[in-house]
Amino acid sequence: MTDTTTAITTSIVVDAPVDTAFAVFTGDMASWWPPEHHLLQAPLDSMVFEARAGGRIYDVGTDGSECQWARVLAYDPPNRVVFSWDISLQWQIETDPAKASEVEVRFLPEGERRTRVELEHRHIDRHGEGWEAMRDGVGSDEGWGVGLQRFARHVAQTSAAEV
Amino acid sequence: MPTYANRTAEALGALGVPTRRAIFEQLGERPSAVVDLAARLPVSRPAVSQHLKVLKDAGLVRDVQEGTRRVYSLDPAGIDGLRDYLDRFWNTALHSFKTRVEQQEETP
Repeated sequence: MTDTTTAITTSIVVDAPVDTAFAVFTGDMASWWPPEHHLLQAPLDSMVFEARAGGRIYDVGTDGSECQWARVLAYDPPNRVVFSWDISLQWQIETDPAKASEVEVRFLPEGERRTRVELEHRHIDRHGEGWEAMRDGVGSDEGWGVGLQRFARHVAQTSAAEV
Repeated sequence: MPTYANRTAEALGALGVPTRRAIFEQLGERPSAVVDLAARLPVSRPAVSQHLKVLKDAGLVRDVQEGTRRVYSLDPAGIDGLRDYLDRFWNTALHSFKTRVEQQEETP
């Protein structure tokens, strides 16, 4: 399906109908999103998921500030949603869509009140050459070989350019 | 986002200094003790130690005591951050999601 070295997959079974699972995932994100995982400076007020392809996903702070961190790429209730992950390796909002990874979530009914939720976060390599070189270094049989040195140089250049 | 955010930012920051990058690259070629690094680079031993501490705190480098020598090498766990981070993040998030959905089911 997807190159597993540039994607992670996970799944969970919930005791709820597919409609409920989909509705909570997309429409009530703040109720389950790990609370410490936000880019806002201010405390979180809400998370907004615009329920349509082309919509945005953004966090709203208690001071009214907003942080858009994703774009809705596909919205097929109650079975599937795909959104971008517009967060860079430097943990900043990534403004170049070509450098964003993406998340696909599938909701598969396993009974009237039972749903399997499958999640794939893919194209992680799009976040930059640093990531790819990093993966090569870690994943190669030689372990810390040529790939790592390339990675080290790349990261060094990237960070030097930013300083 | 603690792991990914802090680790990545810290790692990038740690490599922002040329001497530290040089040390990091040297360790990419082979694990080394302070004295070896000081011999190969135009830097004093105390300065090498100081740079190694920063790299270690950023999770990029680890050290092992080998007899009288402390040998430094690159830390795979520290560098493979993003994938690990996302893997852990989504597992946590989906478990939290499950709890929430099932609560909703009980109290419609």
